[in-house]
Amino acid sequence: MISLSILELSYIIASITFILGLKMLGNPESARKGNMIAAVGMCIGIFATIFLYQSKDGERLGNYGWIFGAMTIGTAIGYWMAKKVKMTAMPQMVSFFNGMGGACAGVISIVEFNHHIHSGEPVQVGLGIVMILGLIIGSVSFAGSMVAYGKLEEKIKDKALPGSTFINIALLLVILGLAGYFVMMDVPTAGMMYLILAISLIYGVSFVMPIGGADMPVVISLLNSFTGMAAAFGGFIYSNQAMLTGGILVGSAGTILTILMCTAMNRSLMNVIIGSFGGGAAGAKKDGPEGSIKEISVSDAAILLSYAQKVSIVPGYGLAVAQAQHICHDLEKMLEEKGVNVFYAIHPVAGRMPGHMNVLLAEADVPYPKLMEMEEANSQFASTDVVMVIGANDVVNPAAKKDPSSPIYGMPILEVEDAKNIIVLKRSMGKGYAGIENELFFHPKNRMLFGDAKTSLQNLASEVKSL
Amino acid sequence: MEQASQLFYDNREFIFLIILSIFLGIEVISNVPAILHTPLMSGANAIHGVVIIGAIIVMGQAEPDNYLALTLGFLAVILGTLNVVGGFVVTDRMLEMFKKKEKKKK
Repeated sequence: MISLSILELSYIIASITFILGLKMLGNPESARKGNMIAAVGMCIGIFATIFLYQSKDGERLGNYGWIFGAMTIGTAIGYWMAKKVKMTAMPQMVSFFNGMGGACAGVISIVEFNHHIHSGEPVQVGLGIVMILGLIIGSVSFAGSMVAYGKLEEKIKDKALPGSTFINIALLLVILGLAGYFVMMDVPTAGMMYLILAISLIYGVSFVMPIGGADMPVVISLLNSFTGMAAAFGGFIYSNQAMLTGGILVGSAGTILTILMCTAMNRSLMNVIIGSFGGGAAGAKKDGPEGSIKEISVSDAAILLSYAQKVSIVPGYGLAVAQAQHICHDLEKMLEEKGVNVFYAIHPVAGRMPGHMNVLLAEADVPYPKLMEMEEANSQFASTDVVMVIGANDVVNPAAKKDPSSPIYGMPILEVEDAKNIIVLKRSMGKGYAGIENELFFHPKNRMLFGDAKTSLQNLASEVKSL
Repeated sequence: MEQASQLFYDNREFIFLIILSIFLGIEVISNVPAILHTPLMSGANAIHGVVIIGAIIVMGQAEPDNYLALTLGFLAVILGTLNVVGGFVVTDRMLEMFKKKEKKKK
């Protein structure tokens, strides 16, 4: 009895650490500590389960060798992956780990069903519902996360099939129908279970497939809350409070976070899921904006920057990909020494996820007060001499304001045209992540500096130095 | 109907817990600055790794001669551990960046 009380107590402690941890993660000062606290709570929950858990018949857990073996393998791989991943690839890493959690929830349901299939023991309806939902949501989350991972790694291209919305709704209905039938069966059959598993996996893929790369953060956040729900269903199976609170907390917090992210882009969740960014919609408008593109040489750009009063840097994913955040910070310091006032204008979805750019610039030691959020930056542009856009595209695209047919219409942007001069550093005339033309490049105030962001910035820095 | 209400009554405590947790989750997340959305998502991602507890129970209850259950349980524990360890370590790495900056400020 004592050991069972200790087990429940440790679950309560784990639940408290999850709540506290999540709360502390919402504040820059305490965020790291919050993460640590949740991790400690998780360890308490895990080890209490291993050593103290008893089934209804009072049996302890066995197979310690297997459990510790699997945990060692998982820890080694997970730690290694998380440590070696580049800061730029963070979003897909989160997606990957999320998929693992979803798969775990799915496998648990499979084993539990198999148990009943072999023993011929009927499944209670309530338990059956919970188990099948865990299986469906877990596998959808797994398949979806893997596609999101592939898209962010740019291994999977956006593919918008015509009518994919209908296919998805149809698939969903089939899954729900089969699941209902499955739960009502006296004794579940293996064939039916694997059929539901297969369709759920297909649904996960076809659900994420048509959604454009630019919307992946929202999708990952949504799938994150799915996995939370799947974990909560697992908690139901074992009447486990830690799994329930942890899972539901993430489920509801993840949903709110998803909505917050959508709001940051001024779009609705429905719009993200159905709107399929990037694929078909963008192709409709073939003829790009009129006008000519003007290039600027490195030395002209350096002079323009050095003799400006106020310079704004708009960093985008291109900066991150080129690993140019450090050299960018060096250039900024040089300009500051020359008496130029430099600030960074950060769009809420710059990079691949909200806040991703802040993490990257923090890595390069850019001081916090230099980072300006969108509203503040927009009020500053009119008095700015030069805006330097580095590897950003969609977040400065005026089409979001002017062109109702544009897929990014309605997204708030950084209004860089208000500044006196614009320099865009860009690899080529390629399109942005949303796959649409950018009128800004043809703007009379704008000049382009083509080349890899890192090389261009290095050249700029040495020019500025020699002036 | 009879069955449904029985189901509800049997699980009333859990349903209560679920509803409270939902509101708690909403409350905890609201008013978070956009800068922290990424680490927050990553941290939440690590927390749902709690599903590993289920995997451990599955593994620990598998009969030693049921190879399917043993294999699947083993796989589930690996997947769950990946989620937990990877999730927390990645979040910590992200937040480390913020930490460095704070020190500079002081």
